[in-house]
Amino acid sequence: MSSRRDFMGMALGGFTALGGIGALMAMKKTWDPLPSVKAAGFTTIDVKDAQENVLVTEKWRGKPIFVLKQSKEMMSKATENDKKRLIQIGDAHYMVCVGLCTHLGCIPGYNAADQSFLCACHGGMYDATADVTKAPPPRGLDIPPFKLDGTKLVLGETGPEYEKMLADGTTLKV
Amino acid sequence: MARIENAKSIGEWLDQRIAIETLKKVMQTEYWIPKNINFLWAMGMVLAATFGILLVSGIFLLMYYNPSVDLAFDSVNYTIMTEVGYGWMWRHVHGVGASLVFLIIYIHMFTGIYYGSYKKGRELIWISGMLLFVLFSAEAFSGYMLPWGQMSYWAGMVITNLFSGGSLHADAFVEWIRGDYVPAQAFLSRFFMLHVLLMPLLIIGAIVFHFGTLRIPHVNNQDGEDFDYAEAAELYKAGKVKESKVIPFSPVFLSKDVFVMGVYFTLFFFLVFYHFEFAMDPVNFDPANGLNTPTHIYPEWYFLWSYEILRPFSTNVGLIAFAIAQVIFFTLPFLDLSPNVAPANRRGLFHLWFWAMLVDMLVLTFMGKLPPQGIWSTIGLVAAITFFILWISLPIITKLEKKL
Repeated sequence: MSSRRDFMGMALGGFTALGGIGALMAMKKTWDPLPSVKAAGFTTIDVKDAQENVLVTEKWRGKPIFVLKQSKEMMSKATENDKKRLIQIGDAHYMVCVGLCTHLGCIPGYNAADQSFLCACHGGMYDATADVTKAPPPRGLDIPPFKLDGTKLVLGETGPEYEKMLADGTTLKV
Repeated sequence: MARIENAKSIGEWLDQRIAIETLKKVMQTEYWIPKNINFLWAMGMVLAATFGILLVSGIFLLMYYNPSVDLAFDSVNYTIMTEVGYGWMWRHVHGVGASLVFLIIYIHMFTGIYYGSYKKGRELIWISGMLLFVLFSAEAFSGYMLPWGQMSYWAGMVITNLFSGGSLHADAFVEWIRGDYVPAQAFLSRFFMLHVLLMPLLIIGAIVFHFGTLRIPHVNNQDGEDFDYAEAAELYKAGKVKESKVIPFSPVFLSKDVFVMGVYFTLFFFLVFYHFEFAMDPVNFDPANGLNTPTHIYPEWYFLWSYEILRPFSTNVGLIAFAIAQVIFFTLPFLDLSPNVAPANRRGLFHLWFWAMLVDMLVLTFMGKLPPQGIWSTIGLVAAITFFILWISLPIITKLEKKL
């Protein structure tokens, strides 16, 4: 510190920088999703009326949610890894996932005859458990956080079944 | 205080207070432009004029546009298009202008590349110009969200998803950008703010900076000739207008610009009044629907080349390729190692490089519009790889280039 002027310059600069950082933090927070948006992020769906091999589309956080009750034929085709993706309620198995392609977020279409999904945007394909079968998608469709409540699923809450899927890498956090 | 005397005219009165005579000299009458140029040198003022028209038409659209997810679509397609007097005209002027501004930007860029106008001393002109390209891209994208049609929504979805960084899975970052889990009200409002305020402010600032970078090195000329501007200016001022190599920016060069603008605006308004549909994607006349993806999502024509660089690769490689393609043009002054400032046709292999790059970007553009199937996928992939090979080869071929 060679002079009083230098010191005052540094002190002023330092406080200005602190204020600037504070302002940047405020700006970042302003861009955050609002609490009301976060609070609206829960949806309850009931799967008891779902029919085998008929795709049901629900909505959660503005995103389409695919529900597909698996038939015996689908279960016999599914590998062990595929089965980990399914949610068991009673004797029935359900595929429940976010219906957005894991490549860039288009909605894949379901072909009931082939029991497969095709994303028209870039040609990605998925099987009936929504595991990827053809690139470019890097992985199967993501499974939303859920908590079982009888035949109901609360999407947005995290239950033990979902935590298990996260832990063994069956799905990524959405 | 400066000496203030009784002024004999408004000009003199202003000059005593804000030195407008000096300002006029620096920016107009003694801002020297070489004579040895062609119509391509008018593209800068054509761009400035187009930006002005976008600003004016935007102001009138802003009077009736409603940035709410429930009302945006109708405020554009019903209120502005059918109710507001000449509302349709402002919209078509804005849409056509947004498209043509990119056509002229690309011509402007490739003119600079062809004549070596980014070389030593002129690097900042090039860099500030590329900065304008990026800002205009952000402005175009944010504006594209506003009609809140199907293409707006899904382009918003796909482009913001790019920010998850592939395997980085930065979904929280994407949600932060959107202000919601999907493009919704928060997303529309903030992109509205970006489009009508922040981006235009930055663009205006960048335009001023771009002009500023031009003032000292001066514009390049058709032969890349480096001559003594002071000497040429003295000749001009001494009345030897024919012998001098320069003309003043205003009014002499500007009058040439105005002629080129006249031709350009004839085309511009022909498109506005008779072929506005080329700037209006039919898919965007369906209101946004988060539960239904259009079968084929593609950007406007001016983003197709970089989109096609993203598309043929797997997610991560595609993203990296796309990110590099977005910024690689910034590095042109530093990757071109030849000291020659000359048109490409005198620069040996660089001549080939120039046309290869231009054709490659055209091929990428056409492939980006076609569905990613069969032979189109293959051509797209080859063109995308060629793009990178060309950039890698640039330092090598310019290093080998003979000094002129």
